Amino acid sequence: MSDAFLRPPFENLQRQHQAVAFGMWIFLVSEVLLFAGLFAGYTVYRDLYPQGFLAAGRQTDIVFGTVNTAILMTSSLTMAVAGRASRAGFGQMARRLLIATFTLGALFLVLKGLEYREDIQRHLVPGAGFALAQRGAQIFFSYYWIMTGVHAVHVTAGLIAVMRLIVVSRRNVGWLAGSASEDATALYWHLVDVIWIVLYPLLYLVGRANG
Amino acid sequence: MTDTAVNSAMPPDYLHDGHTLRSWLLSTDHKRIALLFVFSITVFFFIGAVAIGIIRLELLTPAGDLVSDDTYNKLFTIHGIVMVWFFLIPSIPATFGNFLLPLMIGAKDLAFPRINLLSWYLYIGGAAFTVATLIAGGVDTGWTFYTPYSTMFSNTAVLTAAMGVFVVGFSSVLTGVNFIATTHMLRAPGMTWFRLPLFVWSMYATSIVMVLATPVLAMTLLLIMAERWLDLPIFDASRGGDPLLFQHLFWFYSHPAVYIMILPGMGVVSEIIACFARRRLFGYSFMVYALVAIAVIGFFVWGHHMFVSGQSPYANMVFSFLSFMVAVPSAIKVFNWTATLYRGSITFEAPMLYAFGFLGLFTIGGLTGLFLATVPIDIHVTDTYFVVAHFHYIMVGGTVSAFFGGLHFWWPKITGKLYPESWARLAAILMFFGFNLTFFPQFVMGYLGMPRRYHAYPPEFQVYHVLSTSGAAVLGVAYILPLFYLIWSLRYGAAAGMNPWRAKGLEWQALSPPPRDNFLSPPVVGEPYDYHPQEGPDAEGDAA
Amino acid sequence: MTDFRLSLPEASLNAHDVDIAFLSVFAIAAAIFIFLFILLVIFAVRYRRGSRAPRGPLPKLFRRELEIGWTLATIFLAIFIFWWFVGGYGLPPRDAPGQLEIHVVAKQWMWKTQHPNGAREIDALHIPVNTQIRLVMTSQDVIHSFYVPAFRLKQDVLPVRSTELVFTPAETGTFELFCAEYCGTQHSHMTGEIVVMTAPAYAAWLGKQPHGDTLVQQGEALYAKYGCGACHAPASHVHAPKLAGIYGSIVVLQTGAQLADDAYLRKSILRPRDDIVAGYAPIMPSYGRFASPADVDALLAYIKSLPTQGTQR
Repeated sequence: MSDAFLRPPFENLQRQHQAVAFGMWIFLVSEVLLFAGLFAGYTVYRDLYPQGFLAAGRQTDIVFGTVNTAILMTSSLTMAVAGRASRAGFGQMARRLLIATFTLGALFLVLKGLEYREDIQRHLVPGAGFALAQRGAQIFFSYYWIMTGVHAVHVTAGLIAVMRLIVVSRRNVGWLAGSASEDATALYWHLVDVIWIVLYPLLYLVGRANG
Repeated sequence: MTDTAVNSAMPPDYLHDGHTLRSWLLSTDHKRIALLFVFSITVFFFIGAVAIGIIRLELLTPAGDLVSDDTYNKLFTIHGIVMVWFFLIPSIPATFGNFLLPLMIGAKDLAFPRINLLSWYLYIGGAAFTVATLIAGGVDTGWTFYTPYSTMFSNTAVLTAAMGVFVVGFSSVLTGVNFIATTHMLRAPGMTWFRLPLFVWSMYATSIVMVLATPVLAMTLLLIMAERWLDLPIFDASRGGDPLLFQHLFWFYSHPAVYIMILPGMGVVSEIIACFARRRLFGYSFMVYALVAIAVIGFFVWGHHMFVSGQSPYANMVFSFLSFMVAVPSAIKVFNWTATLYRGSITFEAPMLYAFGFLGLFTIGGLTGLFLATVPIDIHVTDTYFVVAHFHYIMVGGTVSAFFGGLHFWWPKITGKLYPESWARLAAILMFFGFNLTFFPQFVMGYLGMPRRYHAYPPEFQVYHVLSTSGAAVLGVAYILPLFYLIWSLRYGAAAGMNPWRAKGLEWQALSPPPRDNFLSPPVVGEPYDYHPQEGPDAEGDAA
Repeated sequence: MTDFRLSLPEASLNAHDVDIAFLSVFAIAAAIFIFLFILLVIFAVRYRRGSRAPRGPLPKLFRRELEIGWTLATIFLAIFIFWWFVGGYGLPPRDAPGQLEIHVVAKQWMWKTQHPNGAREIDALHIPVNTQIRLVMTSQDVIHSFYVPAFRLKQDVLPVRSTELVFTPAETGTFELFCAEYCGTQHSHMTGEIVVMTAPAYAAWLGKQPHGDTLVQQGEALYAKYGCGACHAPASHVHAPKLAGIYGSIVVLQTGAQLADDAYLRKSILRPRDDIVAGYAPIMPSYGRFASPADVDALLAYIKSLPTQGTQR
């Protein structure tokens, strides 16, 4: 059973799994620094333009933001349980949980798209005709669009990876337990979730203290 | 060492393991991917060299009369972009690193062979954007992409150029991830961390910098592209943005990037000096700590690029102090290399000549770094030819010398052929003198006030520019020579055998060229650089 | 190639210090380099293959002590250079009495300087020797850098924000001014002359400059000529936006917010009906037929010069 999943240059399946997970962790560190560049800029400008950032923060749609946070966290839960299930031998159940993860992730993107449409209608795109006059508000929304945009690209990449798991395991659910792909995909998916948990207060909760 | 009996059951070497184009372009063999990189970076090296050749000709006369100012600006920009991202950064890691890292630790391949191939395709993707930039008429922002010039004022192909650098960055990151995972997971039994060759340590340190710094550059370039394309105000001062934030983000990557370029060179030179001095590396563990220290401290010195940018004088103090601190581990390495020669049994083949060249030039580059870390001096010489000379001493005198040293050192392993020694020595010596003739006058004119990136200049600087250009001509010959004799050796060179240098790394226990899976039988791991007995009365080592 | 440069004049009080620092660091660097070079040569000759020199291993203790020794020596040397030449350098200097404040505007590809009395120069700056000069610099477009090699001074010039350079010229003469931060096509032509004169010569030179007609004063005359104040003056009965402090502020238009920058103000003079400020009627006529571009420049300068009355900028 185990040899079917062994790939060169590895000679030992356990070592191979360790390496895949380790490599993914290193890659995730790199991903964190990708967003760190954005967080650094956000911090600088929030310090420069506190009023503009508070005013602009109140304009993001907290309903979409909160619902999406719940959706993404639930998808991380289904992902984690899927991993447990496949290791415990419940392959079919794991596969259904992956489908649930995919559905929730896709729902996140759909809601994000609806939110974008609303933002555009409310003139929250930086440039001529921007809705807010406060200095710094346009910069807040520049970061809003870039941060959520880059995050959405990551969600999409995660969805492709989850879809791959679902498709490949169609004939053989045992593949989920044997291959390192599920672990690696789960790690990536959780990172995408964690990043959103940082973005949520930065973009949706800012400016909303005291009602 | 007995020659392994050749029999019909032996696997073909990696060069003959499939002859179709597909067997190269879809290969997951780290050795073939290394050669793909060798080929690609050679092409870009000569593109960058042609650009600077025209610039050096232009600067023969003070008036800008050979090319127009616009063309001149595009030439130095493309020289910078191509040489930094498409030659220097992948130069040693993606070629020798790729080829040798698994061999040196006794592995069959890198941990993620398909991702390794993806790294090359990402490089080619980035390269395609860069070529597209050239076709679209070039870009004139300088390799630094400083805003607001790059976002609001330049009328050239900034988006395409930035996209090329953005894409090639992912190639670096994936190479870094691959190297780190390989070093952790695939060391042969007995290959403990403190038995790793310094070249492997240098790859490890370089990979850490690549993984941590490159994503910040990617994000910064994304912001530049978004600002230019969608008219966002992030760095636009008239709408509340801050152009200095761009500089901070840019140098947060681009200073560590200097270490991405030089650390591998240090690794190569450590291998060469130990081998041709027949001596254990002096202070092996200190060399390792120094490599790691350079990689770590290197992350905290970016502000020394911004002493005149308008940042706070207190920030200048801090960055100046940290820059002095990063000089310490670099100095330790130079002392250790020198001490390794003590009581050695030295021969002077071409790789050793390159290593000596590296030592001298890197030391000058490093010592001139002291001037630039000293705030009052830096204020005077920053953005002059002094800085140009300084970083060329590090990157060309250092990294490129090490690259050529490594190329000659491992040529027998990579191709199975010996290169012609006297031609190679001639090229090494030419390169050293050509280099100094090109760049030493630039220190002098820099201190006398000659600003960089000037298309026309005051006539009193002409003598220095003429010297520099004549040096560049010598340097050009020294770079083209190896292209001829190395290609010649592929066909007419003598067979190399497994270990023509009697060197000690594991890579020399594999056949030359190695087969697909590198080792026919598991390599025997011993102490690193075991060129002579460590203790005891047998003083002569294998020099006798 | 008649003459070539071998040295630079030390034309500011600061220049001598920089040269001393440079020579000191040079001496240290040269000593280290020569020491290493001699060692390399000695080792390369003495320990070439086949020589008779002894080759035994080194005692372990010796190896470690040497390593720790040169590590500590390098650290002390680094801290020493930092402490001696860097510590405290570049902190804001104390204002000397009689300091002369000169405004510098950089743009692609020229330097515009303005003396306290309104006298203006392009690509040139006349200053008196032995007087502390404060340059207040800003850029109209991209980042430039004000570099006078003879003063050993350089300071980037940024759009919107202002940077300062404080120095005291110590020698009379004409010195070159370079732009040191790459700024586009004609970067290498963005040069000028710094003329350091004796104090009386400077006073005489300044007296000859046409300084009565600064741009602001021209603008004020045009403001009166076109009767702008009839509507825009604070006391006017006509409901029109007030102009004091408007430059650089955010104006709320009927179509959204707009930064009142040069382009906006220029457009509002030439084509006022395009952008109507929220809460005002579109009653202003176009001045495009009367005002030349130079007039608009002058009007803008005047509008910018109006006291800001507590408006945040």
